[in-house]
Amino acid sequence: MQSRSAFAKTVALIALATLLAVPLAFASGQGEAGGSGQQGSMQSQSQQKAPAVKVDELSGQSPSGKLEIFSWWSGNEGPALEALINLYEKTYPQVQVINATVTGGSGVNAKAVLKTRMLGGNPPDSFQVHAGQELIGTWVKANRMQDLTPLYQKEGWMDVFPKDLLNLIGTDNGIWSVPVTIHRSNVMWYIPANLKKWGVTPPKSWDEFLQMAPKLQQQGITPLALGTNWTAIHLWESVAVEALGPDKWDALWNGNLSWTGSEMNQVWTTFGKILQYTNDDAASLSWQQATDMVVQGQAAFNVMGDWAAGYMTTTLNLKPNTDFGWEASPGTSGVFIMLSDSFGMPVGVPHPVNTLAWLKLIGSKNGSDTFNPLKGSISPRLDSDLSKYNAYSQSAAKDWKNDRIVGSLQHGVVANEGFMNDFASVMEMFLKSRDVNQAMNATQAIAIQNGISQ
Amino acid sequence: MIGKGKDRLFAILVLLPSLILVGIFVYGFIGNTMYVSMTDWGKGAALAFHPEKNFIGLGHYGDLFTGFLNSRFRQDLVNAVFYSLFLIIGALGVGLFIAVLLDRDPGGKGTYRTIFLYPMSLSFIVTGTIWRWLEAPGGGLNAIPTLLGLPRAQFQWLSSRKTVLQFNWQDLFVILIAIAVVVLAFLAVSAWVKEKKKEAKWLGGIAVIGLIWVLFFRDATPNALASPETHGLNLATLGVTIAAIWQYSGYTMALYLAGLTGVSADLHDSARIDGATEFQYYMRVAIPLLKTTTLSAIIILAHISLKMFALIFAMAGPDNAQTGHPSVLMYLTTFRANDFAKGAAIAVVLFLLAALFIIPYLVGAHKERSYR
Repeated sequence: MQSRSAFAKTVALIALATLLAVPLAFASGQGEAGGSGQQGSMQSQSQQKAPAVKVDELSGQSPSGKLEIFSWWSGNEGPALEALINLYEKTYPQVQVINATVTGGSGVNAKAVLKTRMLGGNPPDSFQVHAGQELIGTWVKANRMQDLTPLYQKEGWMDVFPKDLLNLIGTDNGIWSVPVTIHRSNVMWYIPANLKKWGVTPPKSWDEFLQMAPKLQQQGITPLALGTNWTAIHLWESVAVEALGPDKWDALWNGNLSWTGSEMNQVWTTFGKILQYTNDDAASLSWQQATDMVVQGQAAFNVMGDWAAGYMTTTLNLKPNTDFGWEASPGTSGVFIMLSDSFGMPVGVPHPVNTLAWLKLIGSKNGSDTFNPLKGSISPRLDSDLSKYNAYSQSAAKDWKNDRIVGSLQHGVVANEGFMNDFASVMEMFLKSRDVNQAMNATQAIAIQNGISQ
Repeated sequence: MIGKGKDRLFAILVLLPSLILVGIFVYGFIGNTMYVSMTDWGKGAALAFHPEKNFIGLGHYGDLFTGFLNSRFRQDLVNAVFYSLFLIIGALGVGLFIAVLLDRDPGGKGTYRTIFLYPMSLSFIVTGTIWRWLEAPGGGLNAIPTLLGLPRAQFQWLSSRKTVLQFNWQDLFVILIAIAVVVLAFLAVSAWVKEKKKEAKWLGGIAVIGLIWVLFFRDATPNALASPETHGLNLATLGVTIAAIWQYSGYTMALYLAGLTGVSADLHDSARIDGATEFQYYMRVAIPLLKTTTLSAIIILAHISLKMFALIFAMAGPDNAQTGHPSVLMYLTTFRANDFAKGAAIAVVLFLLAALFIIPYLVGAHKERSYR
C-alpha cells in the first residue's frame, strides 16, 4: 500500500516537473524568437522594399511541374475557375494545376486555412485575396508578398488598368496582386413593374428615399430589404460615399478626415434613419433572402453588390433590364465603389516560374475575358471584349471606364482586417442602440487602434 | 523489493511517453497560450516571419474587462453564463422527465431510448443548420401556434435585439456578492438540516456579513467600470439554447435512466407497500438516490456549454453579437483580426471558466476514491 502511494508520488513528481519545464522551454524559445523578431523588423526598416519578382529571370524558364492555386471559388463560381485552369493547362501542358479550394462565401474559412498554411511555412503558389488593404494590411505588412511592379511594367499593365485601381491595390513600395475580377458594391436593385404598381421611381438621393419610404410602408411594403450584419456594413458604405463624396471617403481612409466630425455625424444620422425603413428580421436573412424580398414583391429596394445580378439571372432566371432593374445606390452615380478578387505571389513559393505564368495569364485580356463572363463580374482591364458579357455587365463595364473609382470597406479594399473585424462589432452596437455619438467614438477608437488614423 | 523497484521503473518507462506528449501538447500549449496572452503580438505585422513580441503583462486582460471597445466581450461572458445555466436546467429537466416516463416501462422502451438519444450523435453543425431553418422568422417554430388556429408567432429566435434582466456592469461586484450570499445561505440551510450545526453557523455567518455589505455598503463597493454599461439576457440566445437542450436532453435521459434502473425493485415495492403513490416514489425515493448522476451530468453539461462555438457559428453566424460567446469572439479576434495576443487572452479566460467547473469535480472524485 505504502509503496504504491510512493510510486504515485514519483509519477506525480515527474508529471509536475514536465509541466513546469515545458512552458519554460516555450517561453525561452519565444524569447529568442522575439529577439530575432526585433532584428527582423530592423532589417525590414533598413530594406523597406519587399523582394520584387524577378520577371526576366523567371520568364526565361519554361513552366513545368506543379502549380497550386488556393481560392474560395466553389459552387456556381467553380466553373469559372475551372475554365481558367483549363486555359492555363492548355497553354502550359507541362504543368499540373492543383485546385486547392476551401469553400465558404467571402473566404470565411479559406482565410483562416491560408493563415495557418503561411504561418506553417507552406504557402500555396498563389492565393485568392481581396485586393487592397485586406492583402496589404495582413500579408504585405508582414513582408510575405513579392512586389509585382516589374511584371506590370513588362506586360504593359500600367496603362490597361485604371489609375484609381492601381492606387488602391498598391502602396508606395509596390503593387501586390493581379486583379482578376471587378465587382461593384453601390448598386440598388428593384423590380420595375412593382415600382410602377406602387407609384415610385428609384430615388436619386437618400433624402428622396426617406421621403418616399412612408408611402411604401403604408402599402405594406418594406422600403429597403436588408440582411445580416455584413450587408448592413455594405449599405453603410453606400450611404457614407453619398454623404462624404469620393474625395472625403478617400481622406477618411488616409487618416485625413475625423471619425467624430460633422461629416460622419451626418453619415450615421442618415444611416440610422434609413434603418427605420428596413425589415425587422434583417439579422436572420442572408443576402440572397434579402434580394428575394425584392423579387417577391415584399420590399421595394435592396442595396447589394452586383453578384446579385448573377443570382437573379442565373438562379432565379430573371432578365436584366426587363424583369429586374438597377441604379447606382442613391446619390452615388458617377462613383464606382469597387472590390476585386486578385492573386499575388507569396515569398518563398515552391514553383515561382509557374506562378509567374499564372499571374500573366489571369492579367491578360484573354484570361480575364474567359473568367469574368462565367463568374458574373467584369474585367478590371479597360480593353475587355464587351460582346462576351451580359446586359448588366456591359453597363457596369461602361461605368468602370468612366466613373470615379473608390474602394469598398466591407470587401477589403480600404481597411485592414483588424479594422474590418472591429467595425462589424461597432455595427452590431449601432444596430442595437442607434446611438450616433457612441458609434462615432467607437469608430474613432478602432481607427486609431488599427493604424488608420492617429 | 528489487522486483518491486524494477516494476516501478518499468511502469515509469511505460508512462513516460504519454506524460511527455500530454505535457507538451496539452499543458505546454496551455502555457504557451498564457505566454502569448501577455505579449503584444498582433500589433502591426502579426503574420510576419519573425513577428515582434514584447511582454506586456496582464494588459490585454485589463483591456477586456474594462476597455470601452470590449463591451462585446463582457456581453459574451454574460451570454456564456446564461447559455450554461439554461442548458443545464433545461437538459436536466427534460432528460429527467423522459427518463421517468421510460422507467414506467411503456411499450417499445428501447425504440424510444434510441430516438431520444439520437440527436446526441449529430454534430453541432448539423443540429445548428436544422434548427436555424426551424427558427427562421418564417420557419417552423413560429408556425406551431397556427396548428391550434392561432396567428403565427412573430418571435425572432436568433435575431431579436431585445434584452431582459438588464444590469449595469458597474455594479458587477455587488451582484457577485449578492449571488454568493444566496449560495452560502442555501448551503448553510442544507448543512443545518443535515445536523452539521458548526458548518452551518460558519456559512450562515459569512452570508450575513455579505448581506449586510450588499444592503448598507453597496455604494462603497468599487465600480467595475468607469462608465455605465448595460448588459443582460439577450433573448436571441434562447434560440441557440433550445437547440442545445434538444441535442443533450437525450444524453441526460440515458444517464438518469441508468440510475433509475439501478434503484432496486425492492425499494419500489416496499415504498408502494408503505402506501406511497408512484409520484411520491419518484419524488421521495428514486430521484434523491440520483444525486451523483445529477452532479456528473451538471459537470458534463457545463463544459459542453463552454464549447458551443460550432452551434452558435452554424445558427447565428459570426457577426451576430446578440448570440455571441467568448469562443466565437476568440476565433474572430485571432483568425480574422489577426490579434493573436488578445485572442489568447480570451482563450485563457474561457480556460479558467472551464477549470472552475472541472477542478472541484476532480478533487471530489479523488477524495471519493481515496475513501474506498
